[in-house]
Amino acid sequence: MNTPVLSFTDKGIYCPAGDFHIDPWRPVARALITHGHADHSRWGHDSYLSTDAAAPVIRHRLGDISIDTLRYGEQRRIGGATVSFHPAGHIPGSAQIRVEVAGEVWVASGDYKVSPDGLCEAFEPVKCHAFITECTFGLPVFKWAPQATVAADINAWWSACAAEGRPCLLGAYSLGKAQRVLALLNPAIGPILTHGAVENTNEVLRAQGYALPDTVRVTPDLDPKQHPGAMVIAPPSALGATWARRFRGAQVAMASGWMRLRGVRRRRGADRGFVLSDHADWDELHQAIRETGAEKVFATHGYTDIFARWLGSRGYDARIVPTEFGGDEDIAEDTA
Amino acid sequence: MKAFAALFSAIDQSTRTTVKTAALAEYFRTAPDDDRLWTVALFSGRRPKRAVTTTQLREWASERAGLPLWLVEESYPIVGDLAETIALVLPPPGDTSDRSLSDWLGDLLTYPALDIAARKARTLDAWDRLDATERFLFNKLITGGFRIGVSRKLMTRALAQATGQDEAAMALRLMGDWTPQTTTWQRLVAAPDAEEDDSRPYPFYLAYQIDGAPETLGPPGDWLAEWKWDGIRGQMILRGGAHHVWSRGEELMTDRFPELARARDFLPEGLVFDGEIVAWDGAQPLPFNTLQQRIGRKTVSKKLLRDAPVVMLAYDLLEENGTDLRDRPLEQRRDRLDALLAELPDDANIRASPLIPFETWNALAQTRSTARDRRAEGLMLKRRDAPYLAGRKKGDWWKWKLDPLTVDAVMIYAQQGHGRRANLFTDFTFAVWNGNELVPFTKAYSGLTDAEFNKITAWVRRNTLQRFGPVRQVTPELVFEIAFEGIQPSSRHKSGLSLRFPRMARWRHDKPAQEANTLDDLHEMLALYG
Repeated sequence: MNTPVLSFTDKGIYCPAGDFHIDPWRPVARALITHGHADHSRWGHDSYLSTDAAAPVIRHRLGDISIDTLRYGEQRRIGGATVSFHPAGHIPGSAQIRVEVAGEVWVASGDYKVSPDGLCEAFEPVKCHAFITECTFGLPVFKWAPQATVAADINAWWSACAAEGRPCLLGAYSLGKAQRVLALLNPAIGPILTHGAVENTNEVLRAQGYALPDTVRVTPDLDPKQHPGAMVIAPPSALGATWARRFRGAQVAMASGWMRLRGVRRRRGADRGFVLSDHADWDELHQAIRETGAEKVFATHGYTDIFARWLGSRGYDARIVPTEFGGDEDIAEDTA
Repeated sequence: MKAFAALFSAIDQSTRTTVKTAALAEYFRTAPDDDRLWTVALFSGRRPKRAVTTTQLREWASERAGLPLWLVEESYPIVGDLAETIALVLPPPGDTSDRSLSDWLGDLLTYPALDIAARKARTLDAWDRLDATERFLFNKLITGGFRIGVSRKLMTRALAQATGQDEAAMALRLMGDWTPQTTTWQRLVAAPDAEEDDSRPYPFYLAYQIDGAPETLGPPGDWLAEWKWDGIRGQMILRGGAHHVWSRGEELMTDRFPELARARDFLPEGLVFDGEIVAWDGAQPLPFNTLQQRIGRKTVSKKLLRDAPVVMLAYDLLEENGTDLRDRPLEQRRDRLDALLAELPDDANIRASPLIPFETWNALAQTRSTARDRRAEGLMLKRRDAPYLAGRKKGDWWKWKLDPLTVDAVMIYAQQGHGRRANLFTDFTFAVWNGNELVPFTKAYSGLTDAEFNKITAWVRRNTLQRFGPVRQVTPELVFEIAFEGIQPSSRHKSGLSLRFPRMARWRHDKPAQEANTLDDLHEMLALYG
């Protein structure tokens, strides 16, 4: 009997040949972690393995854990399996995990985006027999404009607000999206302020050598009047909180792939919604799947049933990965 | 369309009313006459008739996008708006266009004369020449639904600002039976208001629901009380030898209620009444579902006229002898109204809604508690010396409704919402127990906070038992208190009854599903209040 290279258990993706899990959501002995976002990198595993680029943030978020690292592309033998990490282009340090057992190659994508953003390591297609792909934005309505266009829109909005003397409050998830936005800003427009959660991550990433513009941490005694025309980067959850009230007259925006949907943007009560996602859009998902050469595709994290049905109609052997929530879409509107 | 799309973006990109108003006012100052006239029409609900079915649009869009129809249809409930879904799935345009809003609308007006193939060709051509925002707006126009976050009030204010006219006067001149084809910007908005339009109604004055007890309103002697009827708010106009009946939504309903023409046989010219149209059994209103048979029917059969006759219960007189009375105190208007209607025979089909005499708020509360027996929803309180204002204004008119009826029910189906509730489960079907079986009896969409809808959405995703297209059958576990205004027998529903204005009063975290109400409980309510 042929045991599959990876199987799907109630703890997450499991490799029987190597006796390890990938991004498990319940405590396990050995966890291979694609990246530091909370839904992939959870607390409580006996040992962790990630890229060396992802480890500092994971450590920063999970505290005292036992973590081992590999460089991108470096192979490691675990039991009967050979594993390696390859850039996923999602956030700094993020990886797809390649697992080879007896000549059969499976790749778990974690989260990914195909077009380079200039900050994190660019996505690398990995040939495989089976590809486990996320599909957060696996619907044909999700298509992203080029990053340069979105960057120009954000900077134009900032310039216009600065000219009116209003602060800009931009909601962006504190790990990944916030730093990507920072790298797109034109610091000549004005000062850049950051929420503590964002700045803590900035410190970790700067120490690793990621190039970010100068920022000022918002502390309780910070006087917004001393920073006219500022761009303030904060996690989306802080926008509606007391924390944001100090920035009087601010224009509020969100940067997320969900901003593609007018209804979601209006619900968030933002003045502006910038469509900027760290996930592959509809076309990129297809590009990525094509480039793996895989015949077998597993859809996870997103509109899995719709996406798998579509792939099936295109001739793929496509299936749905049951996740913790019964194979249903997991709309992490804040992080996407 | 570019200028109109820019206006839309400016409005859509702000949550501030002042910014929206300023953007609209600027557009009204600078846009060409035909475009601004159409803009007024669109924002006051005067849309071109739907020229293409939504099914056709979906099919054409999926064909143009090279996607199977099912995939476009699966995307729709997640986007929450069909016009937007189509705009998002279409490939980028191959061309641009400088045609204006009114040019495109002119095109749409020719659609009914074209065969389907020609309509399709025109639509595909438009899609290929419009950018994403323009396409979204074009689709909104073509589907005949045009609600994009501009209220009529906001538009009226912007027009008043742009033209330097008084807001109330502007509201009045925008009323009535006009379309962009029958008037001009000059006549409707810009020129002095010399319009002699006999059918033009006055803007309705709308009441707020009172918070708590009426004691806060001051001495009872300053107030008049009436029953709050459960019918259709209407304005009846007798001018120029004709009569016109308008709904609150500014729809002309004259032909739908032919029995109201009788008023002309008994009343003089130059009168405008505000009141409630109700189904009438000769002595008191019939339940709302009787009236419901008459709503939406443009032609009325003799049988229906016999089974569901209507009258107008008038409670205000806005014009007499052609003179606008709206500035006079209510008390005076009411005296004139009663004098006009007091001697009319029953078959005039218009009667004064009676005033309810009362000495103290306590006594009035007693009267209010009997409203259901009178087939009323509660009371209206109106300040004696108040003028008749336009729109919803706080202070002079209050609804004092009965507390709603309530029942605890189990959620069994959930569906995603539309518009700003896109991608969020907000539309639920509720059931009560009949033995061991849960019998669905109502749907409800409103009453919860965004935070609660977020929680329920996460719960629905984890507790889906089965899918039927966009509908999820969920574990029967969550209990909600459903509030409603009335209950009626219904042969169309499995439960044998239907509710009026059902909504979720609260999420009963404290109640297990087993303790929800039963079908017997509902039928008991039906016997009491139906």
